[in-house]
Amino acid sequence: MKKRFLIPLIYILFLMLPIYWLVAMSFKTTNEILSGFSLFPQTFTFDNYAAIFSDPTWYWGYFNSIIYVTINTVISVCVALPAAYAFSRYRFLGDKHLFFWLLTNRMAPAAVFALPFFQLYSAVGLFDTHLAVALSHCLFNIPLAVWILEGFMRGVPKELDETAYIDGYSFPRFFVQIFLPTIKAGVGVTAFFCFMFSWVELLLAKTLTAVEAKPIAAVMTRTASSAGYELGLLAAAGALTIIPGAIVIYFVRNYIAKGFALGRV
Amino acid sequence: MKSANQRAWLFVLPVLVLVAFNALIPIMTVVNYSVQETFGDNLFFWQGLDWFQQILRSDRFHAALGRQFLFTGLILAIEIPLGIVIALSMPKRGFWVPVCLVTMALPMLIPWNVVGSMWNIFTLPDIGLLGYFLNHTLGVPYDMTQSPVAAWITIVVMDVWHWTSLVVLLCYAGLMSIPDAYYQAAKIDGASNWAVFRYIQLPKMKTVLTIAILLRFMDSFNIYTEPFTLTGGGPGNSTTLLSIDLVKIALGQFDLGPAAAMSLIYFAITLLVSWVFYTLMTKDDTN
Repeated sequence: MKKRFLIPLIYILFLMLPIYWLVAMSFKTTNEILSGFSLFPQTFTFDNYAAIFSDPTWYWGYFNSIIYVTINTVISVCVALPAAYAFSRYRFLGDKHLFFWLLTNRMAPAAVFALPFFQLYSAVGLFDTHLAVALSHCLFNIPLAVWILEGFMRGVPKELDETAYIDGYSFPRFFVQIFLPTIKAGVGVTAFFCFMFSWVELLLAKTLTAVEAKPIAAVMTRTASSAGYELGLLAAAGALTIIPGAIVIYFVRNYIAKGFALGRV
Repeated sequence: MKSANQRAWLFVLPVLVLVAFNALIPIMTVVNYSVQETFGDNLFFWQGLDWFQQILRSDRFHAALGRQFLFTGLILAIEIPLGIVIALSMPKRGFWVPVCLVTMALPMLIPWNVVGSMWNIFTLPDIGLLGYFLNHTLGVPYDMTQSPVAAWITIVVMDVWHWTSLVVLLCYAGLMSIPDAYYQAAKIDGASNWAVFRYIQLPKMKTVLTIAILLRFMDSFNIYTEPFTLTGGGPGNSTTLLSIDLVKIALGQFDLGPAAAMSLIYFAITLLVSWVFYTLMTKDDTN
């Protein structure tokens, strides 16, 4: 019975190995990487990181990613809140069909949408802006946000709404002052998942940007092909992309497991 | 009981507008391409359903579809049981719970092409940790760029690394919702571990497992970035999954018509299989 902890332990070790290797690589010089195998960096160097922080193409990649991810998270949560409220409280014409249709958008392969998205956003003049990427990520983030929020809202008894109306609250005041604070854990979880899926997506982000709003992940692919294959630089850039996710996950660690479990299927 | 209220549509409207803008317009564009032929210069000719017939009959499509089903089948067969086992053996309370959750969730938050690059670096035959270990310590010849089997094992292991945690987190959430009284009752009845799993834990995990299987199916069936970054579909065509093939046709050869027809067939298959999964798994609830 005591050996049980071995299973998660081995699993976590397995998860950490590639991450360790990426981080170890990022502290090695290109010479050391190419000259052979070494488990630890022999000549410990910050050159790769210095190269990233001194080149605007690199560090603007980070800012671009963070900007469009933030815009997307704000839009997704804001429009999903009233919709999730409607789904959790009211019956209306076509509600079930609408809910399922929203979910089907998660099933569409992003590869299918890449080219039409390029044409659509070029036509409306948003190509290569942060807003374009943020809006396009709404395709899969809004359905997810509605799904998770609806689960949380369903757990709030209807009596809360009715009591507030009897007390003379108007709907907007009730929603902001009473209802939102009750489901703030749900809003946090939703924001986390929106952040996550927008942060990790690359295909659409890459298709919809050229220079001005290029995400960090796309900067990586281009540099890898033009400047030869600088493994150390690539590893450092990769290691840096883990940090924002790690910070966000730390804040919501007690809620992540609940997030999907409360959604309805 | 929910009350009927047609004004609820106003609440849903912003969502509807945004998603429709992103979903309907592009899908109509795809439908438009799928029935036409173009030779450039924005000149289009009506083609009818020829592209659909051509795709459905082509060996290339059948091969890519076969590889896609093999990949998704392997992923589900490995990740779902593994996720359940890990969730069952996780600590229930105490200091280690947040540590486990945070470290396990970490792979899911890494951008997908970084995941590909990371595994590429990890598996390089002579300078990657795994590649070096297999080739030089164990003496197993391993080179992903040469051997299709090695490439397949690598993309499957990479996906297990990347996404098993999702199954773990979902199952763990399901397990945590079981009241202690259930376990105490089982203990009094002298139930075996297997009986506890089969009659208490598994039924309680059913909802979250449905979500897990659906999400893993959709995402592994649509997977593009990670295997593309890792193997580029090679060696040869051995790891060219459906979406990689689609992008090759659409952006590599710029055959918009066939690519659009293939997109629609692809989407239809995803919808159909998801719907079958969904119906099968929720069938018992309605009875």
